[in-house]
Amino acid sequence: MNLHEYQGKELLKSYDVKIQEGKVAETVEGALKAYREMKEETGSEWAIVKAQIHAGGRGKGGGVKLGKNEAEVKEHAENILGMMLKTPQTPGGMDGEGKLVRKILIAEDAYRPDFDACKEFYVSILMDRAAKCNVIVYSTEGGMDIEKVAEETPHLVHKEYVDAELGLQAFQTRKIAFNLGLSGKAFKEMTRFIAKLYKAFVGSDASLFEINPCLKNAHDEIVAVDCKVSLDENALYRHKDLAAMRDTSEEDATEVEAQSYGLNFVNLDGNVGCMVNGAGLAMATMDIIKLSGGEPANFLDVGGTADAARVEQAFRIILRDPEVKAILINIFGGIVRCDRVAQGVIDAYKNMGNIEVPIIVRLQGTNADIAKKLIDESGLEVKSATLLQEAADRVKEVLA
Amino acid sequence: MAVLVTKDSKVIVQGFTGKEGSFHAGQMIEYGTNVVAGVTPGKGGQTHLDRPVYNTVSEAVEKAGADVSVIFVPPPFAGDAIMEAAAAGIKTVICITEGIPVQDMVKVKAYIEDTDTTLIGPNCPGVITPGEAKCGIMPGFIHKKGDIGIISRSGTLTYEAVDQVTKAGMGQSTCIGIGGDPIPGTTTMDAVKMLMGDPETKGIIMIGEIGGSMEADAARYIKEHGTKPVVGFIAGQTAPKGRTMGHAGAIVGGEEDTAEAKMKIMEECGIHVVKSPADIGATMARVMGR
Repeated sequence: MNLHEYQGKELLKSYDVKIQEGKVAETVEGALKAYREMKEETGSEWAIVKAQIHAGGRGKGGGVKLGKNEAEVKEHAENILGMMLKTPQTPGGMDGEGKLVRKILIAEDAYRPDFDACKEFYVSILMDRAAKCNVIVYSTEGGMDIEKVAEETPHLVHKEYVDAELGLQAFQTRKIAFNLGLSGKAFKEMTRFIAKLYKAFVGSDASLFEINPCLKNAHDEIVAVDCKVSLDENALYRHKDLAAMRDTSEEDATEVEAQSYGLNFVNLDGNVGCMVNGAGLAMATMDIIKLSGGEPANFLDVGGTADAARVEQAFRIILRDPEVKAILINIFGGIVRCDRVAQGVIDAYKNMGNIEVPIIVRLQGTNADIAKKLIDESGLEVKSATLLQEAADRVKEVLA
Repeated sequence: MAVLVTKDSKVIVQGFTGKEGSFHAGQMIEYGTNVVAGVTPGKGGQTHLDRPVYNTVSEAVEKAGADVSVIFVPPPFAGDAIMEAAAAGIKTVICITEGIPVQDMVKVKAYIEDTDTTLIGPNCPGVITPGEAKCGIMPGFIHKKGDIGIISRSGTLTYEAVDQVTKAGMGQSTCIGIGGDPIPGTTTMDAVKMLMGDPETKGIIMIGEIGGSMEADAARYIKEHGTKPVVGFIAGQTAPKGRTMGHAGAIVGGEEDTAEAKMKIMEECGIHVVKSPADIGATMARVMGR
């Protein structure tokens, strides 16, 4: 689950990590009120208006603007709120539709009072699958696209692995601060910043923290100017406050709806829908659709209890996509009994009236014979298959 | 022989009296698995499915001689259950539970590595040695005793491979479901090593998916040390980058963990890679000259 920048900063602040302060607003009036309060608190006329969407590279699409007085802040707030912001990370990239900006953050100018005395760094924390532990990735090249830095100047990207049992040690935070070229007060501040950041990462069951830029200001303080935070959904049960931060308006509406029915669904661009039990088989089914000349329209794992109600909901969701020219149902019955799935398909079909799109049903495993009989005798125009290859052949026929 | 679980394994079920545990323990017993007891904290002294229930795993080891444990404990408590089994000296711990927080598994994995315990899973269908022991949730009837070892990160896709192998006239030595999580107890390479060292296994099917580097690591091992033919498939050739496809571990992060990249490495390492999941059984038969 992804957090907005302002939510991520709230989380960091609760662990005493110094952040670029700001106030969130949903209207221009709210933005101005936030600006005046910020001005009062900081004594500065300057403020940054930052679009709050779940995508990076917001500055590239005009979603982050500096305002040097109230009039400029108002103008930026008016322009950014409600805009369709395109960034390299929004669907379709810079050529796509972009994402609607519903909230903005009015943030302090963290580079005050002396821009030239500031230095930007990059710091992120994530779990390294191969090393089976958390790793802190950091670089002197802050404020830039880290993937580009890693590609062009890999020696400037450092990694510090954290022992799974012992956690982060003081010598590691010192090593990081030294490698970032810091000394004196800034050095000490950085060691503290890293230690608190790591504590926040583990304490919130995060899967990613990315602080870019991580700023050293003229006072030698270390400040998180931006942050990207992703949380482990499996651990949300122990973080009710963080779970409540979920913003479903940032997610695909169909996927959110599917989730509410217990369906694991991912929207794709193709022309053949699929309904499968099990994630691995679902991916394999998408692959076989492609090999049969189609393109998968979705990933859908109906899970272990594919009953009539669930099958019907899945049907409705898949059929909402006008591009779908065929649906392949691929169930390998283990615990799931194929006859029950077949009955589900038949009931859903009858409930929904006419389904214009051809449906290929492949049921294998527990009670597959009974299931095939049920489908064949139902009088429905469903093409049934037993082997995976047969299902692939049916898809090919339908698309021909 | 086979690996991990055999007819001589003394199997216990953790989460024995719960809904999932009860159902699957019943199925395991029906298959002929030597289930000797169950563990549910606070229910020690009771009898369930004609087997004794113990409060702790160490009690089950002491009194029933347990050496294999199958875990059906809910996610918040599953990491703890794995460590309890390892601490009690259980040789093979098979964790079926899906949805364990990653930071829990980071700790559990580190803990397990200091013990003699082999962890299979979590988020897996389990392990079966056909005709001997079924330790998991797979449908027993699709399996047939034979000499093909199967390794997979997926449940139903494993069943698909098993079914194809059986329909091609062959059978399975041991099928190991290593699970779909980002931190598995046993990696693809660990499982390959086990099956390469098993005299009853003559050929190996390795089923992977997008995300991580486990298949590439296993492929490189096979190139150096492999002694048996391996057929491989990677699910998720059409999966988009950056999206989690059902399994927590099935996400393309970079250039190296796409299906295409993995299949290329596997091919270079001499694995018989199939593009279509429908060709797994037939390819194995062809490679084995059957």
